[in-house]
Amino acid sequence: MTERLNPPVSGASFGANPSFSDLLRDSRPEVVRSEREISTTDVLVPHGTTVLGLKYADGVIMAGDRRATAGYTVADAKMRKVFAADDYSAIAIAGAAGQAIEMVKLFQLELEHYEKITGDRLSLEGKANRLAQMIRSNFPLALQGLVVVPLFGGFDHTVGEGRIFYYDATGGRWEEDDYQTTGSGGQPAKNSLKKRWRAGLSRSEALRVAVEALMDAAEDDVATGGPDPMRKIFPNALAVTGSGAADVPEDEISAAVAAVLEERS
Amino acid sequence: MSFMPYVSPDQMMKDRSEYAHKGIARGRSVIGLEYADGLLFVAENPSSTLHKISEIYDRIVFAGVGKYSEFEDLRIAGIRHADLRGYSYGREDVKARDLANAYSQSLSTIFTQQMKPYEVEILVGEVDGDVSGTTLYHVLFDGSVTDEHGFIAIGGHAEDLTEALKQQYQEGWDLATAVRTGVKTLGAPDQREIAADGVEAGILDRTRSHRRKFRRLEDVEVTQILSTS
Repeated sequence: MTERLNPPVSGASFGANPSFSDLLRDSRPEVVRSEREISTTDVLVPHGTTVLGLKYADGVIMAGDRRATAGYTVADAKMRKVFAADDYSAIAIAGAAGQAIEMVKLFQLELEHYEKITGDRLSLEGKANRLAQMIRSNFPLALQGLVVVPLFGGFDHTVGEGRIFYYDATGGRWEEDDYQTTGSGGQPAKNSLKKRWRAGLSRSEALRVAVEALMDAAEDDVATGGPDPMRKIFPNALAVTGSGAADVPEDEISAAVAAVLEERS
Repeated sequence: MSFMPYVSPDQMMKDRSEYAHKGIARGRSVIGLEYADGLLFVAENPSSTLHKISEIYDRIVFAGVGKYSEFEDLRIAGIRHADLRGYSYGREDVKARDLANAYSQSLSTIFTQQMKPYEVEILVGEVDGDVSGTTLYHVLFDGSVTDEHGFIAIGGHAEDLTEALKQQYQEGWDLATAVRTGVKTLGAPDQREIAADGVEAGILDRTRSHRRKFRRLEDVEVTQILSTS
């Protein structure tokens, strides 16, 4: 008698799972830290501070200051907090730096792995949802002080414009219409954007608004690093448009900083 | 309790090998060619979505012939292997040789221990640095691996195609020449011309500024290349 075939037609066992984080959890459980019990309350870990994202005529610009702090110490004056997630999206992180950078790395791999396995790029909506799930799985660590709160921005080809999403530590996800900030200097940066931002900014205008918001944040928040022309430390920015995500060259940013300083002097 | 009649190991391997050969011979072929800027893989494929050629990692490409479900299985295993390696160590530590060895090991195990062997042959190619960094591995259904130089054809008419390529191949071809020769060679055994929309082509282009060197050639690009000669 032949056994009746019982194909697993539902759930993860049907078809190839395109998720890299699931693969990692199955094959290398020791490196996935979310369920491990650790207490970080007495350990000083570096924290990244202010990042922002705003829409402009061609898409979105994501920008961040360069300072990481551990308590009252500047842990890193040249930290990078804005990363391309794939060719058409970017992620900016604030919070526990080590944890956040690991999350960015996993998220980038997650998107690339999906693309290679299925042969299709995830939709922007799909990417934003996936990131929410990854933040949610970090929640046990967030309760112990390793909070990661990113901003996610990308170009949505189905609607032909840039979109911005922000998250809280529990994995809650909201879409923002025009601009958003997060991190310790998020509030002053947002106040600044509120006054300066308008719809349809050009690239150079948007860069200037972004840089000015970061400078305002640095004035009001000790954990946010302002631009330092002497040591050539300027904010990082990434522009995502219909033709891809690309770093904004440093000379464009230093020019925007110079323009703001000029106006204020 | 059922009785298994005695079959000598010689005979068993011969039968399995014949079975796999038959399966592969039914399918279409893939050609792998070194050209001036890297590696070109080209195949006749009426479907534009069910690929024979695909990206594994930044500098590694895969092509399979034979049974779709089986080489697709190998492709996915390869991507998982490469992505895990790259995450655990560094992106530059993911190497085609390591992958070819992994394929060889699992195909060999399947060939000797499973009811039926995989009816597949695969190519794993890599570009790295300059021309001398290009490698091309050919892995057979029984796990045997060969390191190829310049060109190789796998699948249905593999021997005829490889022979035909040997007559024409020259080092340092530009992409257009390589594509035209590849497509012409693929159609040669049946004396027909393959239309541009029936061609699947992918390249590893070491001059590409992107970290990921693999790129598919779109239909328009293939059409344009084939129409100029």
